[in-house]
Amino acid sequence: MTITAHRFRVNGRTVEVDAPPASRLTHVLRVHLGLTGTKVGCDAGDCGACTILLDDEQVCACLVTLGQVAGRSVATVEGLAENGRPSRLQRAFHEHGAAQCGICTPGMLMAASTLLGRAQPPTEAEVLDALGGVLCRCTGYRKIVRAVLAATHDAPPARPGSGNEARNDAARNDGAMQYMGQRVPSVDGIDKVTGAAVFGDDEAPPDALRLRVVRSPHPHARFTLGDCAALHTRYPGLARILTAADVPGVNGFGIYPDIKDQPVLAPGIVRYRGEAVAALVGDADTLDRLSDDEIPIDWEPRPALRDPRDAVSPGAAAVQPAHPDNVLTRGRVHAGAVPPPDDDEFVEASGEFETPFVEHAYIEPEAGYARRVKGDQRSNQGGDPGDDRIEVVASTQTPYMDRDEVANVLGIAPERVRIRPSACGGGFGGKLDQSVQPLVALAAWVLGAPVRCTWTRPESMAASTKRHPARIRAHAVADAGGRLVAYEFDGDFDTGAYASWGPTVAGRVPVHCMGPYRVANVRADARAILTNAPPSGAFRGFGVPQAAVAHESLVDELAVALDMDPLEFRRRNALRAGDRTATGQRLEASAGLVACLDALRPRWQALREEARAFNATAAARGTPRRRGAGIACMWYGCGNTSMSNPSSMRVTLSRDGRMLFRNGAQDIGQGSSTIMLQIVAEALGLPMERIDMVVSDTDLTEDAGKSSASRQTFVSGRAAQLAGADLRARMLALVNAGADAALRLDGDTLRITGGDGVEHAVALGRLPVIEGEDIVLEGRGRFDPPSTPLDENGQGTPYATYGFAAQIAVVEVDLELGTVIPRRIVAAHDVGAAVNPTLVEGQIEGGIAQGIGLALMEEYIPGRTENFHDYLFPTIGDVPEIECLLVEDPEPLGPWGAKGIGEPALIPTAPAILNAVHHAAGVRLRRLPILPHRVREALEAGGSDG
Amino acid sequence: MSAYRRPAGLNDALGRLSAEPHRIIAGGTDVFPAAAAAVGWGRPGIDHPGRAPILDITAIEALSHIRRFPDRVEIGALVTWTEAIESDLPAWFDGVRQAAREVGGRQIQNRGTLAGNLCNASPAADGVPALLALDARVRLRRRGGSRDVPLESFITGNRRTCLRPEELMTTIVIPSPAPGARSTFLKLGARRYLVISIAMVAAGLEVRDGRIRGARIAVGACSEVARRLTRLEARLEGTRPEDAPGGVREEDFASLSPLNDVRASAAYRRHGARVLVTRALGALVHGEGAAR
Repeated sequence: MTITAHRFRVNGRTVEVDAPPASRLTHVLRVHLGLTGTKVGCDAGDCGACTILLDDEQVCACLVTLGQVAGRSVATVEGLAENGRPSRLQRAFHEHGAAQCGICTPGMLMAASTLLGRAQPPTEAEVLDALGGVLCRCTGYRKIVRAVLAATHDAPPARPGSGNEARNDAARNDGAMQYMGQRVPSVDGIDKVTGAAVFGDDEAPPDALRLRVVRSPHPHARFTLGDCAALHTRYPGLARILTAADVPGVNGFGIYPDIKDQPVLAPGIVRYRGEAVAALVGDADTLDRLSDDEIPIDWEPRPALRDPRDAVSPGAAAVQPAHPDNVLTRGRVHAGAVPPPDDDEFVEASGEFETPFVEHAYIEPEAGYARRVKGDQRSNQGGDPGDDRIEVVASTQTPYMDRDEVANVLGIAPERVRIRPSACGGGFGGKLDQSVQPLVALAAWVLGAPVRCTWTRPESMAASTKRHPARIRAHAVADAGGRLVAYEFDGDFDTGAYASWGPTVAGRVPVHCMGPYRVANVRADARAILTNAPPSGAFRGFGVPQAAVAHESLVDELAVALDMDPLEFRRRNALRAGDRTATGQRLEASAGLVACLDALRPRWQALREEARAFNATAAARGTPRRRGAGIACMWYGCGNTSMSNPSSMRVTLSRDGRMLFRNGAQDIGQGSSTIMLQIVAEALGLPMERIDMVVSDTDLTEDAGKSSASRQTFVSGRAAQLAGADLRARMLALVNAGADAALRLDGDTLRITGGDGVEHAVALGRLPVIEGEDIVLEGRGRFDPPSTPLDENGQGTPYATYGFAAQIAVVEVDLELGTVIPRRIVAAHDVGAAVNPTLVEGQIEGGIAQGIGLALMEEYIPGRTENFHDYLFPTIGDVPEIECLLVEDPEPLGPWGAKGIGEPALIPTAPAILNAVHHAAGVRLRRLPILPHRVREALEAGGSDG
Repeated sequence: MSAYRRPAGLNDALGRLSAEPHRIIAGGTDVFPAAAAAVGWGRPGIDHPGRAPILDITAIEALSHIRRFPDRVEIGALVTWTEAIESDLPAWFDGVRQAAREVGGRQIQNRGTLAGNLCNASPAADGVPALLALDARVRLRRRGGSRDVPLESFITGNRRTCLRPEELMTTIVIPSPAPGARSTFLKLGARRYLVISIAMVAAGLEVRDGRIRGARIAVGACSEVARRLTRLEARLEGTRPEDAPGGVREEDFASLSPLNDVRASAAYRRHGARVLVTRALGALVHGEGAAR
């Protein structure tokens, strides 16, 4: 077989590629032509991330062979710019906040580009049809739809600052702030709409070897690896087969400092299907040809514990020897007396709820590379290997934890590890655990060569962490006056084979499980149970979304039983500032649930009435569709539970006038880079444009913790505010200026104008250097939100502040088929203060989309749903119109009042949908997702399915 | 790597097939996902020296047309879903067009072919019930010969067909119905786009003088191979079309053997098929009703 050159046109330029004709076009574009703007999400035509135009038609480049493009014309995202500037479509995406993590953005743009240049601008339905083949996991799609409409209509139906957004803006900004509360477009947004952003698989040293993980096909087995000499003979390009024996340090990682229970490479026993057994390192061609079937592994499969109920039954085998009863951890909050004293006037509601594994389904699979940096390249001391360092570039939510984990695995000091995160193509909690990082680091360390690794989609879905499946028994009691009296909760969470974030879930859930209400009597117990399943880890909400399904269903039932309006019942019981929570914590401020409910009330009444009218007509006509409006509330503690989780930020000024913000908060698409820069600029009183920023490079930035637990805006934002204020104070002190002085950086001159109008000029070059070669001033900020440990009854202050929210869902239920279609969502969120309303709305809309998925379709089954056509999550056609109402009850500890929004966004959506289904069809569903057959079964049974 | 052949002539392609078995690729919308699943678990992908050569038929211009004859329509093996959607074929093909719009997203519709959908023979193939309802047959060519096979006999099981290694499906042949005949297609899934069917139904009705003279009703994703509901079809024969939706009975679905799987329960599939058939007939008769 000879390789012939294939000639075709890309973005108007003729190219010639020497590669096998069966090569996927994605591979040709990315590897042979260096056009990495085209992304690979699934290699199966399921996600559309690789959408390009082939002779002006949108196609998935992963399904096109090189042989098929000969003589044809290909257009990629790199060709969209006009005269070197982003096109109108690209600018619209940027301005509307339509790109969050950015991994789907090139595909979305190419799909949308087929709508350009038509005689008639597209309708919204046409936009949905055109973009229906591209999946996005971040945005909830609504801002994408608006961006496309804006770019294709002369008078766009909605632009930033109109309608919904105008109301949100008008309520807030009195003009006193320059950046706080402003819709600043994302600072990394242009790179995302041009395809220039560099994700985990987009870059590696040219001589990097490939690493492929050999994974267990069994959920539980012992194994031995035989002699691999023959394999090396057959494949000279196979550089190394790494096993547990090759790990120089600790062969384990895990979230908690004292639980490093998940092996980098399994030491002879595997505990879940997909666990890493060995790592093949070699050239790409060799790894493509070498089949796992050729590797001499002798498997001894063992019985697997798949159900937590079996795992805790007497006599069950231990998944891990350290936990003979398979209970990894327990959490509890007990307060008052449960059951409360008998009272005939009480009404009660109870139920058993079940939720499945949920996959994060970030469109970017795990990817990155590592290289060993010789000691003599950094200093003139010579080549002592003891000075060597390891550098890892990977897609991550937590560079500082990556650093410590890699150091531990390699058995070296953390200072010898440098983590430089790539752009992160979606995380949602799934990129808080180690994936490729310890593997590529180990390989590069052992081999002394750069090594890269990208997980395939099936591998990502089999091996990565999931949302904890929950089985919850709950019981709620209210008095005749409509006041919640007691709440009992017993939740078992399937934490899979390794600890990951299991302890966090077991700890966080009991605190939140009664919902954002005043309940004096609480008995809440949660367990994280080990099974032979993929490790359950962090996923947007850490178990709270599962618990909210229970409390919001039961609260709704109590309202119905009391013949009270569900909104008013919730409002009567809502936590307010000054109240004590079930952990005994007094909420000092920023508890805006009542304001959220008040904001929703007009819509609630109108939407309930609309549904009633719709159903009256439908019943009269004998048609099968019914509508319903449901409501749900949530609260969510920002930051780690009862644990220190500080962030440090630093901003420096150099002799030449360069201002550098060293921002350790990792942006995973939520926009933290943008708001941190807004905050630091506001605190400094200097223009954002004047401040350079380096993000999350463990050599250059301070530890700002993880991008998790809805903590970055609140914790790192506060640290950034303090750092900016610190540097500002030092600048002012140079001339003894007052706090109200105006600053201006004029080249290497700092100009300070005091309240008296007198300008002082400071030549920065004359100031003494305090660090490195040229830093003359610095500002530092550190914030650790105050919390206390919980005692044996869960009493204490687990969080410094909480987000509050309420959402309304309107759904349409087909009584004959059991299908449920969301028609509208209205979301009111108390965010303390919205640093950047566009980004806050983006978090809310994206969270709602994931909540819709949780309610209606997402169910990960190990071994069965390892791709994006068997694992379903919402497409652009599944997310209805969303109205965001921002409530701002300021949190005194947050930066200018701000607190977190990332996780709160998702939590109320699923229960609001369940309650809407009840309003529409009279049935209460207890098991998620409410797939059509489950709804239909409940309808046939004529009531609850649990 | 595998040998890769992309002939421009049909005879060249048939000659290759007569010499040795090939893996045939057109739009790639089934071949590449299967490869991704294999690679995901450490098995070779599409391009591997140990695998059969690839025959890429996309350069065979002769296969890329829809041809209309008085007694039939011929859909070439390279006709894509998008081409079917945009074709000016009569209302008899509405069901095919509706099915085409439900296949993946635009990216898949632009690449995937109707013929490939039949050859892949997935129980959830959208094209199968839509074409069964049109009484389609498929033309299988080999060097020096050809045979026409009714679609019902072509697919023999889950991802199994009667296509022989030396044969290539070149054409889907659809006999012309009575004037004014119409068809429709309904799909039931758990999301709006990119969804694999829980159940789907295609129905075609020919009506003469106010009576049904030819009813064809096919159900997909409810058995290993999509099935025609012959008992229902026979009972509808000669009845008035407006009575058709009300004439659907439980026992009409006895021939189905739906599965319990991740997408739905067997009982639900059977029930859903009945609702969809009733709605499909309603849509043909009254122009109303839809799966979503």
